[in-house]
Amino acid sequence: MRANCWMGRNTVEVREVPDPRILSDRDAIIRITSTAICGSDLHLYDGYIPTMKKGDILGHEFMGEVVELGREVRNLRVGDRVVVPFPIACGHCAACTHGFFSVCENSNPNAALAEMVMGHAPAGVYGYSHMLGGFAGGQAEYARVPFADVGPIKIEGDFRDEQVLFLSDIFPTGYMGAEMCDIQRGDVIAVWGAGPVGQFAMASARMLGAERVIAIDRYPQRLRIAQENTGAEIINYEQTDVLEALRELTAGRGPDACIDAVGTESHHPSGAINAYDRGKQAVRLETDRPHALREAIMSCRNAGIVSVIGVYGGFVDKFPMGSLMNRSLTLRSGQCHVQRYLRPLLDRIRRGEIDPSFVVTHRMPLDEAPQAYEMFKNKQKDCNKVVLTA
Amino acid sequence: MGGADGAGSAEEPPEVATRGTGPMPRLLGVLSAGLGVALLAVPDRLAEIAGLDHLPDHQTVLRGVGARELGSAAGLLSGRRPALWTWTRVAGDAMDLSVLGLALRTGDRERRRRLSVTTGVIGAVTALDLFAAVLATRAARANGRVMRLRASVTVNRPPDEVYRFWRDLANLPRFMRHLESVRVGGDGRSRWTAKAPAGRSVYWDAEIVEDRPSEVLAWRSLPGTLVPNAGRVRFVTVPGGRGTEVRVELGYAPPAGKLGRMVAKLFGEEPTQQVKDDLRRFKQVIETGEIVRSDSSPDGTDLRRHMMRRPAQPLAG
Repeated sequence: MRANCWMGRNTVEVREVPDPRILSDRDAIIRITSTAICGSDLHLYDGYIPTMKKGDILGHEFMGEVVELGREVRNLRVGDRVVVPFPIACGHCAACTHGFFSVCENSNPNAALAEMVMGHAPAGVYGYSHMLGGFAGGQAEYARVPFADVGPIKIEGDFRDEQVLFLSDIFPTGYMGAEMCDIQRGDVIAVWGAGPVGQFAMASARMLGAERVIAIDRYPQRLRIAQENTGAEIINYEQTDVLEALRELTAGRGPDACIDAVGTESHHPSGAINAYDRGKQAVRLETDRPHALREAIMSCRNAGIVSVIGVYGGFVDKFPMGSLMNRSLTLRSGQCHVQRYLRPLLDRIRRGEIDPSFVVTHRMPLDEAPQAYEMFKNKQKDCNKVVLTA
Repeated sequence: MGGADGAGSAEEPPEVATRGTGPMPRLLGVLSAGLGVALLAVPDRLAEIAGLDHLPDHQTVLRGVGARELGSAAGLLSGRRPALWTWTRVAGDAMDLSVLGLALRTGDRERRRRLSVTTGVIGAVTALDLFAAVLATRAARANGRVMRLRASVTVNRPPDEVYRFWRDLANLPRFMRHLESVRVGGDGRSRWTAKAPAGRSVYWDAEIVEDRPSEVLAWRSLPGTLVPNAGRVRFVTVPGGRGTEVRVELGYAPPAGKLGRMVAKLFGEEPTQQVKDDLRRFKQVIETGEIVRSDSSPDGTDLRRHMMRRPAQPLAG
């Protein structure tokens, strides 16, 4: 089969690789009909996530048709159309039984490796480094899906792929970011990063009853999509001082909750501050650039919530702990527990409360993945979200 | 996972039944005691039998030897440091033989005949002592090599279920990577077969020495095995219906030399990591029914394999 493989920093190649096969009784093999490039794939592309190996198949946002099933998978049939959640979860450990699927205790066969970096291991994730299990990803013609009796959701009805594909990751991720904000009537929610995840966080904050949503980014196209689809007010951080603008917009209070939908590779308009973090990152004194996180903490109202859904890989420097502690802020975070949100969010799509396909700007064949990565990374041609079809 | 002391530290790790010293040191102790008493009580009579009665001060010498024998007897019968005490006997034998050697140069024919018989007897005793001393030393070294490991994991299942799974020892090879099979016989005995390097196998017999359902299970290899080993696993209820803490203590005594290196390989470069990996697989098997495998780790959890991991491409064929 053809698959998009990580071949080193800033290099991906579509190559011929062996077909996946059933390894366990709870596996399924999916023929992929649509797969997306996620913002967090760019952290891999740019080489910021450790334990990648040349030849690893990328992609964790995908859907398709079941073509083969292990003996123990009884809830699916060959031919079913399914969306596959990006965290792999066993469904039986303490974490899974409490709904914390992205920290499943069993699905990461390389847990010891992750424990060295993080203390405890999170779940395995498709195509997201060996630290997270070394699972082959879904930017391919076929994928092996472990614990297929727990993860994938069967899609019935005449939805287009683009309407349901993002249930795999970015829609529930954005939704969880908003849900962690405990939104109350009248709340103002600020979202750093108006990419697709940020856009879904904004749309979800609205669905959950936020009074106002503020989008912070530097790409006019993304801010425009956010404004048009989620009714967000916008701040371009290259033109405006974010803290001041937020204070102004909320008459001094600050947003009630702040969502960091940026993660490890954030930019700062000040060249000096950017250089500081890039320098430290280069000599491995820190692995992540936390500008957006710092700003989210500093600008959040007293006793507010900071919700982190942007992906971080390791360690950050100059973390404003004093602000967090003295002002009674709550920090919440997590890779999305996708399995928890599949059914309710599919229902929202079915009821017409949201059509997730608004994020898509580009559709390309799988073979053009290298060009798609380049375009998505550099936001060329106003690229917001790319869907690849095999 | 790992480093788990707490509740467990109060209990001693399981005793490994290494190759024992056998009854030999104690038998030698009894022999020494008898000889010592005789030498002190009737030195004249013994000197005559041995052919030493013509020597000056022979009574004093024999009483000295008797005292020495009693000392050795006390040491050997105490059961402590049998290797050391058997070696003191060997040293004593050497002294006796040199005295006899000197005595052989003097005296008449009849005495020399008795002396050579005595020398023969003492020579045989020396050989026996030497044999016992070597055995005791080997046993002591094996004890010194005993490795002890601890690891633990929390499993989202009630203790009785976790205990039952483990109590069926035939299940162990499902998550203990180096085990090929465990065949359970009657009377709490079992035969364990482990994979050794170069496609070979080693096996040993074990017995269950402690068995409290849903609480604790301990086993020990029977004497005479290549790799004496013992283990204890405790099942501790986690309050609030949070499952079971599985706390494992293991001990084993790898043999020395080439064989020992082979056994060390068997247990992996990092034995503690190996046990942790085993427990992680145990958790996977009992919670999910399978060992979780990815394309880069088709064998599941194993730190050594992480180091040699291949790209996450699907497996060929």
